[in-house]
Amino acid sequence: MIPELGHYALILALGVAMLQVILPIYGWRSRDAAALAAGPTAALTQGALVALAYFCLTWSFVHNDFSVLYVASNSHSELPLMYRITAVWGAHEGSILLWLLMLSGWSCAVVLAGRRLPADILGLVSAVLGLIGVGFLLFLLITSNPFARLVPAAAEGRDLNPLLQDPGMAIHPPMLYMGYVGFSVAFAFSIAALLTGRLDSAWMRWTRPWTTLAWTFLTMGITLGSWWAYNELGWGGWWFWDPVENASFMPWLVGTALIHSLAVTEKRGLLKSWTVLLAILAFALSLLGTFLVRSGVLVSVHAFASDPARGIFILAFLAIMVGGALGLYAWRGPKLVAEGELPFWSREFLLLLNNIFLVVAAAAVLAGTLSPIIAESFNYKMSVGPPFFGTVFPMFVVPLLALVAFASVISWKRGRWDEAARRMRIPAFNAVLALALPWLLEHRGTIVACAGATLAVWVIGATLVEPIRRIRAKAGIPRAIAGMTLAHLGLGVWALGVAFVSSFSVERDVRLAKGASASLGGYEFTLNDVQRESGPNYDGDRGSVSVRRNGASIAELAPEKRLYHSQGQVQTESAVDHNLRRDLYVSLGEAVGDQGEWTLRLYYKPMMRMVWLGGVLMFLGGLLAATDRRYRLAAARHPAPADALTA
Amino acid sequence: MRTAIALFLVAIGAAHAADLSADQDARYQALIQELRCLVCQNQSIAESNAPLAADLRDQVSAQIIAGKSDDEILDYLTARYGDFVRYRPPLNSRTFLLWFSPGLLLIAGLAIAWRVARRRADVAAAPAVDQSKVQELLRRVEEHKS
Amino acid sequence: MKARYLVPVAILAALLVFLGIGLSRDPREIPSPLIGKPAPSFTLPGLNGQPPQMTEQNLHGRPLLVNFFASWCQGCQVEHPLLLQLSQQGVEIVGMDYKDTDADGAAWLARHGNPYRAVIADAKGSAGLDWGVYGVPETYVLDASGTIVFKQIGPVTEEVWRDKIAPLLGVRR
Repeated sequence: MIPELGHYALILALGVAMLQVILPIYGWRSRDAAALAAGPTAALTQGALVALAYFCLTWSFVHNDFSVLYVASNSHSELPLMYRITAVWGAHEGSILLWLLMLSGWSCAVVLAGRRLPADILGLVSAVLGLIGVGFLLFLLITSNPFARLVPAAAEGRDLNPLLQDPGMAIHPPMLYMGYVGFSVAFAFSIAALLTGRLDSAWMRWTRPWTTLAWTFLTMGITLGSWWAYNELGWGGWWFWDPVENASFMPWLVGTALIHSLAVTEKRGLLKSWTVLLAILAFALSLLGTFLVRSGVLVSVHAFASDPARGIFILAFLAIMVGGALGLYAWRGPKLVAEGELPFWSREFLLLLNNIFLVVAAAAVLAGTLSPIIAESFNYKMSVGPPFFGTVFPMFVVPLLALVAFASVISWKRGRWDEAARRMRIPAFNAVLALALPWLLEHRGTIVACAGATLAVWVIGATLVEPIRRIRAKAGIPRAIAGMTLAHLGLGVWALGVAFVSSFSVERDVRLAKGASASLGGYEFTLNDVQRESGPNYDGDRGSVSVRRNGASIAELAPEKRLYHSQGQVQTESAVDHNLRRDLYVSLGEAVGDQGEWTLRLYYKPMMRMVWLGGVLMFLGGLLAATDRRYRLAAARHPAPADALTA
Repeated sequence: MRTAIALFLVAIGAAHAADLSADQDARYQALIQELRCLVCQNQSIAESNAPLAADLRDQVSAQIIAGKSDDEILDYLTARYGDFVRYRPPLNSRTFLLWFSPGLLLIAGLAIAWRVARRRADVAAAPAVDQSKVQELLRRVEEHKS
Repeated sequence: MKARYLVPVAILAALLVFLGIGLSRDPREIPSPLIGKPAPSFTLPGLNGQPPQMTEQNLHGRPLLVNFFASWCQGCQVEHPLLLQLSQQGVEIVGMDYKDTDADGAAWLARHGNPYRAVIADAKGSAGLDWGVYGVPETYVLDASGTIVFKQIGPVTEEVWRDKIAPLLGVRR
């Protein structure tokens, strides 16, 4: 009954979404204000219907309705309640419904907050968001119905994948989808801009916080994914350049370029067609990611169970949405005209360079990710993995880090480089001193570590120049500047973490009897005992490991190995002792021999936390920047008409 | 699924740790990151606990001890499994586009940035305006902004 | 001015073509680099020591199939009836018992039937490594000079036999 209600709600939502597309476009073409206004109304209605469907699916999970195939495949009566709720997005069908929920949620927010926008813009934006909704609803209803029944109903579910039974993993998809869906708002505005031939600073200012917010969520989603992989997969690895990871990283790179390009367009009316193109690309890469993950065209442990029919559908959807958008760009792009000159050595030019580096980096990641697929068409079978990306990617990160330092000291229109040089003296000096950091902290040096340390300290020091100047002058720090500062600091911190972790990680596989010790990185690891232990839906072993340094006790760690009943899947829960300086990581292997010995894997990873701290700082920075006063005030006021100054 | 327990790996790794010297172990760790597990879902043979991955790790270890160079070991496996087994695509006529495109795209991008900055804005010349009107408008805009 | 605005859509079109082609391929299938090369050399005993030693020379002189199988392999049971049928029609198939013990291999053949002219015991998988085997079953087609001309990954089916393998052996189906 409830599942059928949910199913029906989706069908209704499809009908409403179609109206959401057709009516505003008709209204725009024939200047019918009522038809235009129907778009936002339809968006709100569709939102309610999708929310109802989502609620029905959640209900089925919470109440263990194993007559629904999706619930039977991904849940279990012993599954803790929290995970029964998060299991809704644990596999393909439910995750698409979550995508839809977020899409309708963002659409509702946009139409509610944008009541003061010009009616044609709001109508067209609703239409584009509606078109995306139509695509996803058709996809869901035709190929991936989450409400499909299982007849006869299963007595018990197959349980949620144990890898997903973790808080970090639970929140990671919603964060990512908030990002992808948020970029579809920027996409919708770009289409509206291309269709109307207008991209004025008034509603540039309107869209900017939404796009920044989308980027912020995507940043957190990626950071969470990396943190989860480190803790759950037992390898101490935090990034694998896996196609599915790349699928989230590419929109992030382009999204970063987009939010910076929006700054230039809003402030100076320049790079308009760039901004529009970046918005289209960010959304296109989000859709491409959806395709890669669900079509079976690439091999990845992250991939959902694949089905070529789904792949064909998404590919067709990609072709229509992105092909249509880029075709529109080819036709109408030239109409978006710059409002001035872009001089050399100004902030605008620096931001343009920034975008070049980010977009080319994204292109390089795309090339690496898609090359195996392209090569296969030519009957050449190849793999592209971390060695490729690790060699190519620094080519872009290094110049970016060098340039980002100038972000707040070079002004708009005409950067005063002599002035900037003076203000950068101290950061430059500190950066040179930082060359010694590897030796100070790890008693040895590598090129990567020295370069990373120098660049990181350069970025951190230079980023703090402007806030310190403001504090000294007793001028306030607007949220936008605080946000930018935090985000750039995050980048520097991240770079420091990556440089040190890549250069100085050590690992050791050992075999210990109870009471025996092994040493690594100056620390002594003693295996005290291993006990049997059980949880709600698993049985396992739990080790007790003491860590000491120079005799002093540092930590007591409890690595586990769990066997989940339902799917018989084995999983490590590694134990980590962490502080900002280093991680000590212990992973339990198996019992070997007949004398109660166990194999263990030990890791010493310096500055590992910095990698995620960087992500968190970028997240906080984005939040601050998106909630700057002038956006909230602009929303409350009537937006300035397009041609105020040239009348 | 990338089930986390390295049953075989940790056991075998422990055994290998005894056989290889420190230098050899460094080479071993680096090499097994470069090689792909053929039966897994995108894992290196270092990460995988599949039996085939264990066999390949043994091969790498045995060949290091036998004195083969890194290139010789990689070529040995490529001869049997093709380029697919290498995570670093070899540089050949079919992959040179992949390896060079990042650099080439970067140069092209920088050239575009140069051209954009040099290009004059495509703005029609403004007609002569009444300066007092301009001042008045500017004043009102400033008020709005604060 | 107009031309550069067309670049993005052109790149998209090319990508869509490749992704579409990619959908029709199986990304898990790894073609063999040994096609067109001589069968790798080996020195291994036959199953249960019958005969005490076999080398790649034993595979020269006439076209034949070399089938890697194991008693622990599910897919091997799928293709086994077809292999039995082919061997009765006179197709020569040599079996490689991959990573198996003699006892298990012999018991499996006793239970399911033995289509092989000879069975070689590759207990450690060393021949498998040299032949580029990454799973069982895998079947290689050798011509009279001992050159590998085709590799089937996974079970041999009727279609594969009829369309790919039989023509190479010069057998009228």
